[in-house]
Amino acid sequence: MPVPCLFDQNKMPNLHEQLKAKLPEGVLEIHAQHGDETVVLRRANWIDAALFIREDPAFRMNVLMDLTAVDGRDLKWKPRFEVVAHFYSTEHNHRLRLKTPVDEKDAVVPTLTNLWPSANWFEREVWDMFGIRFDGHPDLRRLLMYTEFKGHPLRKDYLWNKRQPLIGPKN
Amino acid sequence: MEMTEKATGGYLTSRLNDMIGWARKYSIFQYPFVTACCGMEYMSTACSHYDVDRFGAGLPRFSPRQSDVLFVVGTISHKMAPVLKQIYDQMADPKWVVAFGVCTCTGGFYDNYATVQGIDTVIPVDVYIPGCPPRPENVLDGLIKLQEKIQGQKQEV
Repeated sequence: MPVPCLFDQNKMPNLHEQLKAKLPEGVLEIHAQHGDETVVLRRANWIDAALFIREDPAFRMNVLMDLTAVDGRDLKWKPRFEVVAHFYSTEHNHRLRLKTPVDEKDAVVPTLTNLWPSANWFEREVWDMFGIRFDGHPDLRRLLMYTEFKGHPLRKDYLWNKRQPLIGPKN
Repeated sequence: MEMTEKATGGYLTSRLNDMIGWARKYSIFQYPFVTACCGMEYMSTACSHYDVDRFGAGLPRFSPRQSDVLFVVGTISHKMAPVLKQIYDQMADPKWVVAFGVCTCTGGFYDNYATVQGIDTVIPVDVYIPGCPPRPENVLDGLIKLQEKIQGQKQEV
Protein backbone atom coordinates (compact mmCIF):
# COMPACT_ATOMS: atom_id res chain seq x y z
CA MET A 1 0.00 0.00 0.00
CA PRO A 2 1.41 3.40 -0.87
CA VAL A 3 2.20 5.70 2.02
CA PRO A 4 -0.24 8.61 2.00
CA CYS A 5 1.46 11.91 1.32
CA LEU A 6 0.40 14.94 3.31
CA PHE A 7 1.32 17.25 0.46
CA ASP A 8 -0.47 17.16 -2.85
CA GLN A 9 2.25 18.03 -5.33
CA ASN A 10 -0.31 19.53 -7.70
CA LYS A 11 -1.72 21.86 -5.07
CA MET A 12 1.58 23.23 -3.80
CA PRO A 13 1.87 27.00 -4.14
CA ASN A 14 5.15 26.76 -6.09
CA LEU A 15 6.55 29.78 -4.35
CA HIS A 16 10.07 28.82 -5.33
CA GLU A 17 9.19 28.95 -9.00
CA GLN A 18 7.40 32.26 -8.58
CA LEU A 19 10.42 33.74 -6.85
CA LYS A 20 12.70 32.46 -9.58
CA ALA A 21 10.48 34.09 -12.20
CA LYS A 22 10.70 37.34 -10.29
CA LEU A 23 14.47 37.30 -9.73
CA PRO A 24 15.91 35.12 -12.50
CA GLU A 25 19.43 36.52 -12.22
CA GLY A 26 19.54 36.29 -8.41
CA VAL A 27 18.42 32.69 -8.02
CA LEU A 28 21.12 30.03 -8.18
CA GLU A 29 18.96 26.99 -7.66
CA ILE A 30 15.47 25.92 -6.61
CA HIS A 31 14.10 22.65 -5.35
CA ALA A 32 11.13 21.29 -3.45
CA GLN A 33 10.64 18.06 -1.59
CA HIS A 34 7.60 16.99 0.42
CA GLY A 35 6.34 20.54 0.58
CA ASP A 36 9.67 22.12 1.52
CA GLU A 37 10.19 24.73 -1.14
CA THR A 38 13.71 26.09 -1.20
CA VAL A 39 15.39 28.90 -3.09
CA VAL A 40 19.17 29.34 -3.15
CA LEU A 41 20.04 32.97 -3.76
CA ARG A 42 23.06 35.04 -4.56
CA ARG A 43 24.11 37.04 -1.54
CA ALA A 44 23.68 40.28 -3.49
CA ASN A 45 19.98 39.47 -3.92
CA TRP A 46 19.35 38.39 -0.34
CA ILE A 47 17.56 41.59 0.68
CA ASP A 48 15.70 41.94 -2.63
CA ALA A 49 14.23 38.48 -2.28
CA ALA A 50 13.42 38.98 1.40
CA LEU A 51 11.65 42.26 0.74
CA PHE A 52 9.73 40.71 -2.15
CA ILE A 53 8.45 37.69 -0.23
CA ARG A 54 7.47 39.93 2.66
CA GLU A 55 5.49 42.43 0.59
CA ASP A 56 4.12 40.47 -2.37
CA PRO A 57 0.40 39.59 -1.94
CA ALA A 58 1.00 36.05 -3.15
CA PHE A 59 3.76 35.47 -0.54
CA ARG A 60 3.10 37.67 2.54
CA MET A 61 5.83 36.02 4.62
CA ASN A 62 5.20 37.87 7.86
CA VAL A 63 7.04 35.46 10.16
CA LEU A 64 10.75 34.74 10.14
CA MET A 65 10.68 31.37 11.84
CA ASP A 66 14.37 30.63 11.97
CA LEU A 67 17.65 31.86 10.66
CA THR A 68 20.76 29.76 11.00
CA ALA A 69 23.88 28.68 9.16
CA VAL A 70 25.62 25.50 8.05
CA ASP A 71 29.36 24.88 7.98
CA GLY A 72 30.16 22.69 4.98
CA ARG A 73 33.89 22.34 5.60
CA ASP A 74 33.78 18.56 5.92
CA LEU A 75 31.50 18.31 2.90
CA LYS A 76 34.06 20.30 0.85
CA TRP A 77 31.57 23.02 0.10
CA LYS A 78 32.73 25.97 -1.98
CA PRO A 79 31.94 28.48 -0.60
CA ARG A 80 32.16 27.03 2.84
CA PHE A 81 29.09 28.39 4.66
CA GLU A 82 25.43 28.64 3.90
CA VAL A 83 22.98 30.92 5.70
CA VAL A 84 19.47 29.46 5.87
CA ALA A 85 16.25 31.34 6.68
CA HIS A 86 12.79 29.84 7.09
CA PHE A 87 9.73 31.96 6.49
CA TYR A 88 6.06 31.43 7.23
CA SER A 89 2.93 33.27 6.20
CA THR A 90 0.10 33.34 8.72
CA GLU A 91 -2.16 34.73 6.01
CA HIS A 92 -1.66 31.97 3.44
CA ASN A 93 -0.37 29.24 5.78
CA HIS A 94 2.59 28.45 3.60
CA ARG A 95 6.34 28.32 4.07
CA LEU A 96 9.49 29.03 2.13
CA ARG A 97 13.17 28.48 2.78
CA LEU A 98 15.84 30.83 1.49
CA LYS A 99 19.53 30.00 1.44
CA THR A 100 22.61 31.86 0.42
CA PRO A 101 26.18 30.61 0.15
CA VAL A 102 28.79 32.59 2.11
CA ASP A 103 32.52 32.48 1.60
CA GLU A 104 34.86 32.08 4.57
CA LYS A 105 37.10 34.98 3.48
CA ASP A 106 34.16 37.36 3.15
CA ALA A 107 31.65 36.07 5.70
CA VAL A 108 29.21 38.97 5.66
CA VAL A 109 25.49 38.86 4.85
CA PRO A 110 23.09 41.81 4.80
CA THR A 111 20.88 41.92 7.88
CA LEU A 112 17.17 41.11 7.89
CA THR A 113 16.50 43.04 11.11
CA ASN A 114 14.91 45.94 9.25
CA LEU A 115 12.32 43.60 7.72
CA TRP A 116 11.74 41.14 10.57
CA PRO A 117 12.80 42.36 14.03
CA SER A 118 13.05 38.74 15.18
CA ALA A 119 16.14 38.40 13.00
CA ASN A 120 18.07 40.31 15.65
CA TRP A 121 18.78 37.41 18.00
CA PHE A 122 18.99 34.82 15.22
CA GLU A 123 21.73 36.80 13.53
CA ARG A 124 23.54 37.34 16.80
CA GLU A 125 23.46 33.61 17.37
CA VAL A 126 24.84 32.92 13.89
CA TRP A 127 27.62 35.44 14.51
CA ASP A 128 28.36 33.82 17.86
CA MET A 129 28.37 30.23 16.64
CA PHE A 130 29.69 30.55 13.06
CA GLY A 131 31.43 33.93 12.86
CA ILE A 132 29.29 35.19 10.01
CA ARG A 133 28.74 38.94 10.25
CA PHE A 134 25.49 40.69 9.37
CA ASP A 135 25.97 44.00 7.68
CA GLY A 136 23.69 46.69 9.15
CA HIS A 137 22.78 44.74 12.30
CA PRO A 138 22.10 47.22 15.14
CA ASP A 139 23.81 45.27 17.92
CA LEU A 140 25.98 42.39 16.70
CA ARG A 141 27.26 40.96 20.00
CA ARG A 142 27.56 37.35 21.06
CA LEU A 143 24.23 35.91 22.14
CA LEU A 144 24.96 32.60 23.89
CA MET A 145 28.66 32.58 24.70
CA TYR A 146 30.36 35.09 27.00
CA THR A 147 32.25 38.13 25.80
CA GLU A 148 35.63 36.65 26.70
CA PHE A 149 35.05 33.61 24.48
CA LYS A 150 37.48 33.28 21.57
CA GLY A 151 36.40 31.73 18.30
CA HIS A 152 33.10 30.36 17.05
CA PRO A 153 32.25 26.95 18.50
CA LEU A 154 30.02 25.51 15.77
CA ARG A 155 32.68 25.96 13.10
CA LYS A 156 34.05 22.56 12.20
CA ASP A 157 37.59 23.70 12.87
CA TYR A 158 36.75 24.50 16.50
CA LEU A 159 37.92 21.44 18.44
CA TRP A 160 34.91 19.68 19.98
CA ASN A 161 36.54 19.37 23.40
CA LYS A 162 38.21 22.76 23.55
CA ARG A 163 37.03 24.72 26.59
CA GLN A 164 37.52 28.29 27.68
CA PRO A 165 36.32 28.47 31.28
CA LEU A 166 35.93 31.85 32.94
CA ILE A 167 36.93 30.32 36.28
CA GLY A 168 38.32 26.95 37.26
CA PRO A 169 40.83 24.69 35.54
CA LYS A 170 41.58 25.32 31.90
CA ASN A 171 40.23 22.02 30.62
CA MET B 1 24.37 11.16 70.84
CA GLU B 2 22.65 9.07 73.42
CA MET B 3 19.05 9.51 74.36
CA THR B 4 18.45 6.84 76.95
CA GLU B 5 15.83 6.09 79.57
CA LYS B 6 17.30 8.85 81.65
CA ALA B 7 15.72 11.37 79.33
CA THR B 8 12.33 10.64 80.84
CA GLY B 9 13.43 12.51 83.90
CA GLY B 10 13.18 15.80 82.07
CA TYR B 11 16.79 16.10 81.02
CA LEU B 12 19.21 14.33 78.73
CA THR B 13 22.93 14.06 78.54
CA SER B 14 24.90 14.63 75.38
CA ARG B 15 28.01 16.28 74.07
CA LEU B 16 27.77 19.78 72.70
CA ASN B 17 29.23 18.73 69.36
CA ASP B 18 26.60 16.02 68.89
CA MET B 19 23.81 18.29 70.03
CA ILE B 20 24.69 20.99 67.52
CA GLY B 21 25.11 18.41 64.78
CA TRP B 22 21.68 16.98 65.59
CA ALA B 23 20.14 20.44 65.43
CA ARG B 24 21.88 21.31 62.20
CA LYS B 25 21.13 18.13 60.32
CA TYR B 26 17.40 18.44 60.94
CA SER B 27 17.11 22.09 59.97
CA ILE B 28 18.68 22.20 56.54
CA PHE B 29 17.70 25.38 54.75
CA GLN B 30 18.45 24.76 51.08
CA TYR B 31 19.33 27.14 48.35
CA PRO B 32 18.07 25.45 45.15
CA PHE B 33 20.32 26.58 42.29
CA VAL B 34 18.12 25.08 39.59
CA THR B 35 19.23 25.43 35.97
CA ALA B 36 17.84 22.45 34.05
CA CYS B 37 15.60 19.40 33.88
CA CYS B 38 16.79 18.02 37.23
CA GLY B 39 14.64 20.78 38.71
CA MET B 40 11.55 18.68 37.96
CA GLU B 41 12.91 15.87 40.07
CA TYR B 42 13.88 18.33 42.76
CA MET B 43 10.28 19.60 42.86
CA SER B 44 9.02 16.04 42.90
CA THR B 45 11.20 15.31 45.92
CA ALA B 46 10.07 18.47 47.67
CA CYS B 47 6.35 17.85 47.16
CA SER B 48 4.03 15.70 49.21
CA HIS B 49 4.70 12.28 47.61
CA TYR B 50 8.28 12.19 48.80
CA ASP B 51 8.13 15.13 51.19
CA VAL B 52 11.61 16.31 51.90
CA ASP B 53 10.22 18.05 54.98
CA ARG B 54 10.31 14.69 56.78
CA PHE B 55 14.08 15.18 56.90
CA GLY B 56 13.90 18.75 58.10
CA ALA B 57 14.85 20.15 54.71
CA GLY B 58 11.46 21.47 53.70
CA LEU B 59 12.19 25.17 53.69
CA PRO B 60 14.05 26.41 50.63
CA ARG B 61 15.44 29.89 51.04
CA PHE B 62 15.94 31.85 47.86
CA SER B 63 18.65 33.91 49.45
CA PRO B 64 22.16 32.51 49.89
CA ARG B 65 22.66 34.47 53.13
CA GLN B 66 19.90 32.51 54.86
CA SER B 67 20.68 29.02 53.60
CA ASP B 68 22.87 26.17 54.78
CA VAL B 69 23.03 23.80 51.82
CA LEU B 70 23.55 24.76 48.20
CA PHE B 71 21.67 22.33 45.95
CA VAL B 72 23.19 22.67 42.48
CA VAL B 73 20.47 21.17 40.32
CA GLY B 74 21.20 20.97 36.60
CA THR B 75 23.85 21.68 34.01
CA ILE B 76 26.29 24.49 34.77
CA SER B 77 27.79 26.27 31.77
CA HIS B 78 31.05 28.16 31.80
CA LYS B 79 29.04 31.34 31.50
CA MET B 80 27.10 30.43 34.65
CA ALA B 81 30.09 29.21 36.70
CA PRO B 82 31.13 32.63 38.10
CA VAL B 83 27.54 33.18 39.26
CA LEU B 84 27.55 29.84 41.07
CA LYS B 85 30.87 30.70 42.70
CA GLN B 86 29.50 34.03 43.85
CA ILE B 87 26.40 32.42 45.33
CA TYR B 88 28.62 29.96 47.18
CA ASP B 89 30.81 32.76 48.50
CA GLN B 90 27.76 34.67 49.72
CA MET B 91 26.55 31.80 51.91
CA ALA B 92 27.40 32.01 55.58
CA ASP B 93 29.27 29.22 57.36
CA PRO B 94 28.56 26.45 58.11
CA LYS B 95 27.63 25.53 54.55
CA TRP B 96 27.46 22.43 52.42
CA VAL B 97 27.07 21.72 48.72
CA VAL B 98 25.09 18.95 47.06
CA ALA B 99 25.75 18.16 43.38
CA PHE B 100 22.36 17.05 42.12
CA GLY B 101 22.38 15.03 38.91
CA VAL B 102 25.15 13.77 36.70
CA CYS B 103 25.72 17.10 34.92
CA THR B 104 26.79 18.77 38.13
CA CYS B 105 28.85 15.72 39.18
CA THR B 106 30.89 15.31 35.99
CA GLY B 107 29.32 17.30 33.17
CA GLY B 108 27.36 14.21 32.12
CA PHE B 109 27.09 13.71 28.40
CA TYR B 110 27.64 17.42 27.77
CA ASP B 111 31.29 16.95 26.91
CA ASN B 112 31.49 20.13 24.85
CA TYR B 113 32.67 23.72 24.64
CA ALA B 114 29.96 25.15 26.89
CA THR B 115 29.65 22.92 29.96
CA VAL B 116 31.58 22.80 33.23
CA GLN B 117 32.92 19.26 33.66
CA GLY B 118 31.74 18.87 37.25
CA ILE B 119 31.05 21.72 39.66
CA ASP B 120 33.81 20.46 41.94
CA THR B 121 36.19 22.21 39.55
CA VAL B 122 34.64 25.47 40.80
CA ILE B 123 33.37 24.95 44.36
CA PRO B 124 33.86 22.17 46.96
CA VAL B 125 31.15 19.48 46.97
CA ASP B 126 30.01 17.38 49.94
CA VAL B 127 27.52 14.93 48.40
CA TYR B 128 27.20 13.77 44.81
CA ILE B 129 23.80 12.47 43.66
CA PRO B 130 24.21 10.80 40.27
CA GLY B 131 21.37 10.08 37.87
CA CYS B 132 19.91 11.73 34.82
CA PRO B 133 17.84 12.91 36.55
CA PRO B 134 18.10 11.09 39.92
CA ARG B 135 14.97 9.46 41.29
CA PRO B 136 13.50 11.10 44.41
CA GLU B 137 14.57 8.05 46.45
CA ASN B 138 18.08 8.69 45.23
CA VAL B 139 17.84 12.32 46.30
CA LEU B 140 16.58 11.38 49.73
CA ASP B 141 19.44 8.90 50.03
CA GLY B 142 21.85 11.71 49.22
CA LEU B 143 20.16 13.94 51.76
CA ILE B 144 20.50 11.26 54.46
CA LYS B 145 24.17 10.89 53.55
CA LEU B 146 24.54 14.63 53.97
CA GLN B 147 22.83 14.46 57.36
CA GLU B 148 25.24 11.73 58.42
CA LYS B 149 28.12 13.89 57.32
CA ILE B 150 26.78 16.93 59.21
CA GLN B 151 26.24 14.85 62.33
CA GLY B 152 29.68 13.33 62.19
CA GLN B 153 31.78 16.39 61.57
CA LYS B 154 33.32 18.78 64.06
CA GLN B 155 30.83 21.59 64.57
CA GLU B 156 32.28 25.04 64.11
CA VAL B 157 30.33 27.47 66.24
